Amino acid sequence: MEVIKKIFNEKRSLLVPVVSIVLGLLIGAIAMLAGGYNPILAYSSLFNRVIGSSYHMGETIRAITPLIFTGLAVAFAFRTGLFNIGVEGQFVMGMTGATLVGVLLDLPWYIHGPLAVITGAIFGGIWAGIVGYLKAKRGVNEVISSIMLNWTALYLANFIVSKFLTDPGQQKSRAIHESALMNIEWLVQLMDKARIHWGTFVALACVLIFYVILWRTKQGYELRAVGHNPDAALYAGMNVNRTIVKSMMISGVFAGLGGVFEVLGVFGNQTIMAASPGYGFDGIAVALLGGNTPVGVLLASILFGGLSYGSAGMSFGAGVPQEIIRIVIGSVIFFVAAHGIVKFILKPFMSKRAKRKEAA
Amino acid sequence: MQFIEVSGQLINITLVFSTALIFAALGGMFSERSGVVNIGLEGLMVSGAFAAAVATDYATQAGLGSISPWIGLIAAAVFGVVFSLLHAVATITFKSDQTVVGVVINILALGTAIYFTRSLYDGSAQTSQLTEVFHKVAIPFLSEIPIIGEGIFRAYPTTYIVILLVIISYFVLFKTPFGLRLRAVGEHPSSADTVGISVTKYRYIGVMLSGALAGLGGATITLTTTSSFAHNTVSGQGFIALAALIFGKWNPLGLAGAAIFFGFAQALRNFAQLFDFSKQIPTEVFYMLPYVLTLIVLAAAVGRSSAPSALGQPYDPARR
Repeated sequence: MEVIKKIFNEKRSLLVPVVSIVLGLLIGAIAMLAGGYNPILAYSSLFNRVIGSSYHMGETIRAITPLIFTGLAVAFAFRTGLFNIGVEGQFVMGMTGATLVGVLLDLPWYIHGPLAVITGAIFGGIWAGIVGYLKAKRGVNEVISSIMLNWTALYLANFIVSKFLTDPGQQKSRAIHESALMNIEWLVQLMDKARIHWGTFVALACVLIFYVILWRTKQGYELRAVGHNPDAALYAGMNVNRTIVKSMMISGVFAGLGGVFEVLGVFGNQTIMAASPGYGFDGIAVALLGGNTPVGVLLASILFGGLSYGSAGMSFGAGVPQEIIRIVIGSVIFFVAAHGIVKFILKPFMSKRAKRKEAA
Repeated sequence: MQFIEVSGQLINITLVFSTALIFAALGGMFSERSGVVNIGLEGLMVSGAFAAAVATDYATQAGLGSISPWIGLIAAAVFGVVFSLLHAVATITFKSDQTVVGVVINILALGTAIYFTRSLYDGSAQTSQLTEVFHKVAIPFLSEIPIIGEGIFRAYPTTYIVILLVIISYFVLFKTPFGLRLRAVGEHPSSADTVGISVTKYRYIGVMLSGALAGLGGATITLTTTSSFAHNTVSGQGFIALAALIFGKWNPLGLAGAAIFFGFAQALRNFAQLFDFSKQIPTEVFYMLPYVLTLIVLAAAVGRSSAPSALGQPYDPARR
């Protein structure tokens, strides 16, 4: 009990995120009641799917992995005061870069794999760099430009895949050469063919890299300084414009890596997409709930990845449309963003407790 | 001379696409002129498109016939206002980050709309095809004029409504006390507060107007173009409307011009297959066109920003 109190009393409190998660699940339950479904059955079938078998557990990890990448990408840009809503497009460009190398080239595995990964990461970084450049040099709001680049990325990727990588009449690219694939065969066998790949470990390494860059290097200090107060950073002699471009590019590399491992580790090819995959937007949710800290991002992606993957179980087990989970995730981050509302809701409880303490 | 023959049609389709954009951009204008960034336009359009599809469907089943789409239109405005209230409460009363809340509105609106579509239509992610939608109305005599007649004077009722709304909005914003106060709240809230204008009230009105208008914009898409609601009905129109708002410098006439420009870029898609020279161009290029044009235009034109100066800042009377 003491420990819990201590955590909640810390300055950067866990109270808001935890209460937001509870409120989000409650609103999901209300929406389910409104639609005539049984929320308890639904939530338990969600939970059962996530931990039901080693296959499902492995697939949950597969679903969590891209969220770690995109969450880190959004959080990194946030730290420099930039709202990278374009992670979605950078993710798609990462996929495309990796697929290009994976399909067109045929190299020994120790060159092919790393080359595909790096190409995808660079594609993501450049795509985000455009946003940074337009912001720094032309004063274009990064939110608008990155939204436009999201759509451009989707159609550009489709163009590249259909023009250069696809056999006639197919809706997806030719298979990526085995030498570039990133799945971990013995773990895949161990987890009943759940698609486990190296991306998960790279994602965990990125959590560490995120921390080291921002808090253990001079560059990271500059990035954070610009995020706190660009005017002060400029006055202190930092090159704010270059920092903006740099921050966006690093953010884009994280996003691109997420896309890379989706094609190299999970699918082994790239489809012609009707809509972008959505991991980038979920990354915003992850970064918000995680408070833009590396560990927070990791925990939040476990939660949202689990919810998203488990939501299919809700439609099997309780007949609930799985989009309900979008309402839950949306509500959670609504409360995190509008934490004033959470504090407002909690106020009566808090003051009652304080009064009781006074009386005693 | 094939081009002259189709140019009437091209103008016509441009206006169909532009109508939804103008509705939403006008909505964004009222919100942003009061100082509240509204990235949530996309979500507000989604909620409007959904409400219009469902309300029109139910009204048709209740036997209301050709009145049904008008009921859909009203439902869309109401639904838009409801979602915009979430935005208003979070950003104005509780002073949350406006961009972030806008993104949340987008996620919530799409999730809610698809969830209830599935629960109302037996698990289908698309509402049933509407039988009663808007039809083009030809204005007598004027519609006989070559090219322009076909282009402009044979349009959906929503197009006529939006043209009217652009003119009304211009007068409201620049010629009425209400408009002056709304702009004052967005430019310099503390001064406005000092002379007794309620910043909170005007911002709430601005955001709610954006909900109603963006809702109508979404409804326009379902009731004139797609005849049903699905997850891809709106697909980014709200963001293009936002770009039109910026390109149009937060002015009703400017944003209408910008929206027509973006509508034209979308309409070109439909005509790409008609000509030999354009058949060579991959379809993806036409899909990319509106977004790439937006980027180029913003990079080339923005420079000197004319955004309301208090845009994006929550008003806190304790800080001067």
